[in-house]
Amino acid sequence: MADRLTMPRTAMATVSVRAPSVDIYAPQWRNFVFVAPFLFFFTTLLIFPLLWGMWLSFHKADTFSSGDFVGLGNYVRLFHDKVFLQSVWNTFYFVLLTVPTLALIGLFLALCLNRRTRTAAVLRTLFFSSSVLSVTIVTLIWRIVFIPNVGLLSTIYGWFGATAPAFISDPSLAMIGIAIATVWWCIGLPMMLFLSALQQIPQDVYEAAALDNANRWQTLRSITLPSIKRTFILVIIIQIVLQFQLFGQAWLMTRGGPNNLTKPIVLYIYDTAFRRWDLGMGAAASEVLFILILIAAMAQYLVTRNKADQT
Amino acid sequence: MSAPAISIKGRAFGDRVLLALVILLSIAMIAPVLWVIGLSLKDNAELMADPNSVFRLPYTLRNYFNTIGTSSVFLWVLNSIIVSGGLTLGTLVLSSLAGYGFARLNFPGKNILFVIVLFGLAVPEQAVLVARHQIFSILKFHNTYHGLILPGLSASFGVFLMTQYFKAIPKELDEAAMLDNASRFRTFWKVLLPLTVPAQATLGIFTFLGAWNDYLWPLISATRKDMYTLTVGMASTQTNFAQSEGIGFLMAQAVFAGAPILIVYLFFQKYIVTAVSGAAVR
Repeated sequence: MADRLTMPRTAMATVSVRAPSVDIYAPQWRNFVFVAPFLFFFTTLLIFPLLWGMWLSFHKADTFSSGDFVGLGNYVRLFHDKVFLQSVWNTFYFVLLTVPTLALIGLFLALCLNRRTRTAAVLRTLFFSSSVLSVTIVTLIWRIVFIPNVGLLSTIYGWFGATAPAFISDPSLAMIGIAIATVWWCIGLPMMLFLSALQQIPQDVYEAAALDNANRWQTLRSITLPSIKRTFILVIIIQIVLQFQLFGQAWLMTRGGPNNLTKPIVLYIYDTAFRRWDLGMGAAASEVLFILILIAAMAQYLVTRNKADQT
Repeated sequence: MSAPAISIKGRAFGDRVLLALVILLSIAMIAPVLWVIGLSLKDNAELMADPNSVFRLPYTLRNYFNTIGTSSVFLWVLNSIIVSGGLTLGTLVLSSLAGYGFARLNFPGKNILFVIVLFGLAVPEQAVLVARHQIFSILKFHNTYHGLILPGLSASFGVFLMTQYFKAIPKELDEAAMLDNASRFRTFWKVLLPLTVPAQATLGIFTFLGAWNDYLWPLISATRKDMYTLTVGMASTQTNFAQSEGIGFLMAQAVFAGAPILIVYLFFQKYIVTAVSGAAVR
């Protein structure tokens, strides 16, 4: 012990013998001080509002008071509200439009840009750059692309004497327009996740394949794709969780219209709770969203944990 | 990083198709931005007469002078800096302390508390939005800086990240310090914290970027124009698209708001990409 105490501090790091019988790992109440500040904010601003929100969803509440207990009344009203059911459908439709597109384009870009050239590095920077912009700027850009007469799309169509599809105002195209803007905004993350998965594939597997005269398609199918299967599932789940929370794009591009056809669940919550001030009903809708996202989050947890088991 | 080393034979055609696709996607990425920059440099009347006038002279900086002349933009930038900076600082302090506590110290109920904190990762903002808004109404926190900062401090991601990071540091380091009779806080402050700088950078960038781009909470909490963050303020000016100050003006505003963050991205690209993808996988 005495020897260790006189050693310089840096050298001690390399000593692998655990110090005997020093009680620094014993449970002590005063150690709680370190986690207490965070737990204070965590409890008051996350756990309490979560429980309070559940409680609100059983009440007819407005801004400052929670009024009468209505039991499951809000939920019954919710599931009889055509606009809410429409918003649930819209959200699923949007997820269906964006998530596979993001995963496939992201994978394609990662496969193409996974090399050490300068061009590939510049293109990786380019494809991720839109991810750092705020939703306000992204929607501003895409509204000006889609806007009739002066927009980029109508200008391009104009060169060929054609009329551009009305991506914002046409009921059957509005959600697709929002999805295009979203894919443009979010493509960076799936690409980067796939890239880091590709870089973890050992190089010698490819060398072995080359010796066997495997062509590129065979290499892709029997080596690359199986190695990143888990990442693919992970990307899908992460994107489902993210895209389920669609709000800004829909609110800023179409205000949920035409005819509520682009109104997602979060926009329904926003409308109900903060524009009609029906907090109870808004809280009920947010519980439904919470359960949907929780299911996806659990799936993500299971996928991540399986990897930990394997390695 | 390198491409699989397989035979060159018969690759030319396939390579060209792939190259064409990548170029097409790159154009789709960059064309809208160039279009917006082009519009921002044009006089509105000329633009309305012929949209193709974007492609020819004359260009003007008038829209930018108008943007800067609108004093609100600077106020919103200032608000965004205060909110994002405050939240980042708070998150770093709280997460480092808690991360050290969970990774290194023992206290009654530690394991169950950590599981609850992990559960916080799965709670989306929207699930607590309504209740949070009501609580903040009662406390009169709306339209204040702390009203905009506080909700972000409850996010568990930072604690999770810092706990992982502290766990990866060899225990011998702090055991040595504690044997030297350093207090727990001194050990944390002098020995371990300096080693966590990379994690602090990742967490700091992630938090700052998230707060800077946040839209939903500032939209419902900051309802007074002078308390808008840049994101909400910009959104508020684009409501009357066609009839407002003109497309060129709006585009100049978009460039004005987007350019700084893109420049920061170009310089800190590596950290930003690590921060964003690390947060997604967690």
